[in-house]
Amino acid sequence: MRHTISVLVTNEFGVLSRISGLFSGRGFNIESLCVAETMDPKVSRMTIVSSGDNKIIEQITKQLNKLVSVIKVHDLTGEEYLKRELVLIKVHAAPDHRSEILNIVEIFRAQVVDVGANTYTIEITGDEEKILAITELLRPFGVKELVRTGRVAMARSIKRKENK
Amino acid sequence: MEKMNGAEILLESLLKEGVDTVFGYPGGAVLPIYDALYKHKLKHILVRHEQGGVHAADGYARATGKPGVSIVTSGPGATNTVTGIATAYMDSIPMVVFTGQVPTALIGNDAFQEADIVGITRPCTKHNYLVKDVKDLTRIIKEAFYIATTGRPGPVLVDLPKDVLTAEYEFSYPKKVDIPSYQPTYKGHKGQIKKAMDLIVKSKRPVIYAGGGAVLSNAAAELTKLARKLKIPVTNTLMGLGSFPGTDPLFMGMLGMHGTYTANMAIQSTDCLIAVGARFDDRVTGKIDEFAPHARIIHIDIDPTSISKNVTVDIPIVGDVKEVLKELHAAIPKGANFTKYISEMKNWDKQVEKWEKTHSLSVKQGKNERIKPQYVVERLYHLTKGDAIITTEVGQNQMWAAQFYKYDKPRTFLTSGGLGTMGYGFPAAIGAQVAFPNKTVIDIAGDGSIQMNIQELATAVECKLPVKVAILNNRFLGMVRQWQELFYDKRYSYTCLGKKPDFVKIAEAYGGVGLRAEKVADVDKIIKKALSINDRPVFMDFVVDPKEDVYPMVPAGQPLSKMLLV
Ligand SMILES: Cc1ncc(C[n+]2csc(CCOP(=O)(O)OP(=O)(O)O)c2C)c(N)n1
Repeated sequence: MRHTISVLVTNEFGVLSRISGLFSGRGFNIESLCVAETMDPKVSRMTIVSSGDNKIIEQITKQLNKLVSVIKVHDLTGEEYLKRELVLIKVHAAPDHRSEILNIVEIFRAQVVDVGANTYTIEITGDEEKILAITELLRPFGVKELVRTGRVAMARSIKRKENK
Repeated sequence: MEKMNGAEILLESLLKEGVDTVFGYPGGAVLPIYDALYKHKLKHILVRHEQGGVHAADGYARATGKPGVSIVTSGPGATNTVTGIATAYMDSIPMVVFTGQVPTALIGNDAFQEADIVGITRPCTKHNYLVKDVKDLTRIIKEAFYIATTGRPGPVLVDLPKDVLTAEYEFSYPKKVDIPSYQPTYKGHKGQIKKAMDLIVKSKRPVIYAGGGAVLSNAAAELTKLARKLKIPVTNTLMGLGSFPGTDPLFMGMLGMHGTYTANMAIQSTDCLIAVGARFDDRVTGKIDEFAPHARIIHIDIDPTSISKNVTVDIPIVGDVKEVLKELHAAIPKGANFTKYISEMKNWDKQVEKWEKTHSLSVKQGKNERIKPQYVVERLYHLTKGDAIITTEVGQNQMWAAQFYKYDKPRTFLTSGGLGTMGYGFPAAIGAQVAFPNKTVIDIAGDGSIQMNIQELATAVECKLPVKVAILNNRFLGMVRQWQELFYDKRYSYTCLGKKPDFVKIAEAYGGVGLRAEKVADVDKIIKKALSINDRPVFMDFVVDPKEDVYPMVPAGQPLSKMLLV
């Protein structure tokens, strides 16, 4: 199962390689990893998407916690959380396709951020389903390049009661 | 405040940390440190290879419980420490290694003798640092010692660029560390302790399985007290030997691949396994799904990652072993429950005794036979009255040292358990001897392993360290040969070492003493002679029967019940 793990680390030289080294050294996989400074410049947040059975995920969180540079580990999976990803898509935009592409852009509340002679570059933010949906719709026009940030995530402030 | 350069600050900081001895080897990048060491009150042992230096610091740490300290130069000096650091890491040994580094301005330029040692050692240190500014030096040293010695201990490396060592700054050593992200848990959870005790007193066949954690947390007294009070038989891992008296009637010997019949049978039938500072290593468990199949498992460990890593545990208790054992003892119930439990233990005790009688470790040495390596270890035990610090190399020698010498006290058996590093034992013995100049320290070695750090003879001779090395000379890489015999149809591919070198001559060439035993009658003679020497190292070359194998043996991947007993 996929897990989204949010990790606070001290913002110091080499910390990224400590984390990625832990994953590669122990054979844990990383699907995506985002990292940037928090409000406190001494602290960075990493959002890691990984997958594995419960035992593996338990080891991942414990091993992360064990690193001296790790302040806090929070596995968001299983609770309510927001997940977002930003994607830039450069799509072939022949004159007779332009309005159709703009239509899709509008429906998805995306944005055209750059225009070339034969291309549009589209920026879209959302969760994976949304991103998958728009790329599928744009694919027939010819996607020239696609860049994704990987997932960032945050727990919701108010949690709905789980009713299972 | 008085200004000092970085090198002087380093030495002052070491004194503040209570360090009295460092093991090191100089070079360009650490010249400022060596200049500061000149006529300094810190004792510096000049080793002959950086790997030897780190193992010596490790041996010093294991024997004393204090952190070992090593200083080496940049580049090759630093890379030579890697095996030593990895050895300490796998066995959770507190240690701080200081490496020289090229000046900060040159880092990343492929400068002369530059190596990214922080990058190289990241996966085999508990933590490591590159000091970029002399202002941070004392804080980092303080943190390094704190991290190395607290929680689950381990090696910490501090990389020191040359310009940091020469830069001047005021010396003031911090009183406290402030690392919010590092907060080990020491006290066990009260509820878990109660649950554990409930389980224990309801059990009928409990077993304590104690590992290196019991030694590291100085918990031998607490462990012994608890086991005796509850009459629970105890088995040790290789790393745990000495944490429970080897001569106690409750002691079953080591478990696992070369464990005793009794210990392994007890594991396979126990209904309550109490793992104390042990980590269910594959050499201990054999086939993991069939390990302790009837047991509910209590696992006490300071490192949460050790818990439920290899086996699923019923009652985990995260905390310092010593603390938790004390709390467990306090939780022993009184009255009828306890009496009932104790009376149950009589049957269990009888069963354990029966296994003991079916198969126990013993040596049969005929007078005219070739010397058996097991016999040598047994004689070492008797002639030292069990009162020596034993270190080992790796291979058959290590297993026989674990099986045939009995360890009544912790920190008297020093061996590379996790990494299995050949070449560990001799420099580790030097480290232990430096710490305890008046104790008998013996490295039980193989003729292969001893050649992996044999250059340290020079260190021992120069420092007048009377370290004894008992070479169980079988002219083979014995343990590998044993596997070839058992699992590769006796195809002895590149494991025969032949009769060379002449270890007696080597010892003498360095200025030590060399002794040789070729007949059974010589064994006691040369051991006694060696024990009488107190001013230089002694090599005892025991020419032993090369056909001897280590038994019992559980082939890798088999359950513990599938022991080969021959
Ligand atoms: C540095 C290193 N290289 C290789 C090995 C693999 N190995 C394990 S035991 C062994 C043989 C050791 O031979 P020796 O020191 O003569 O001891 P014996 O088994 O004969 O007692 C070898 C090569 C190791 N453990 N460490």
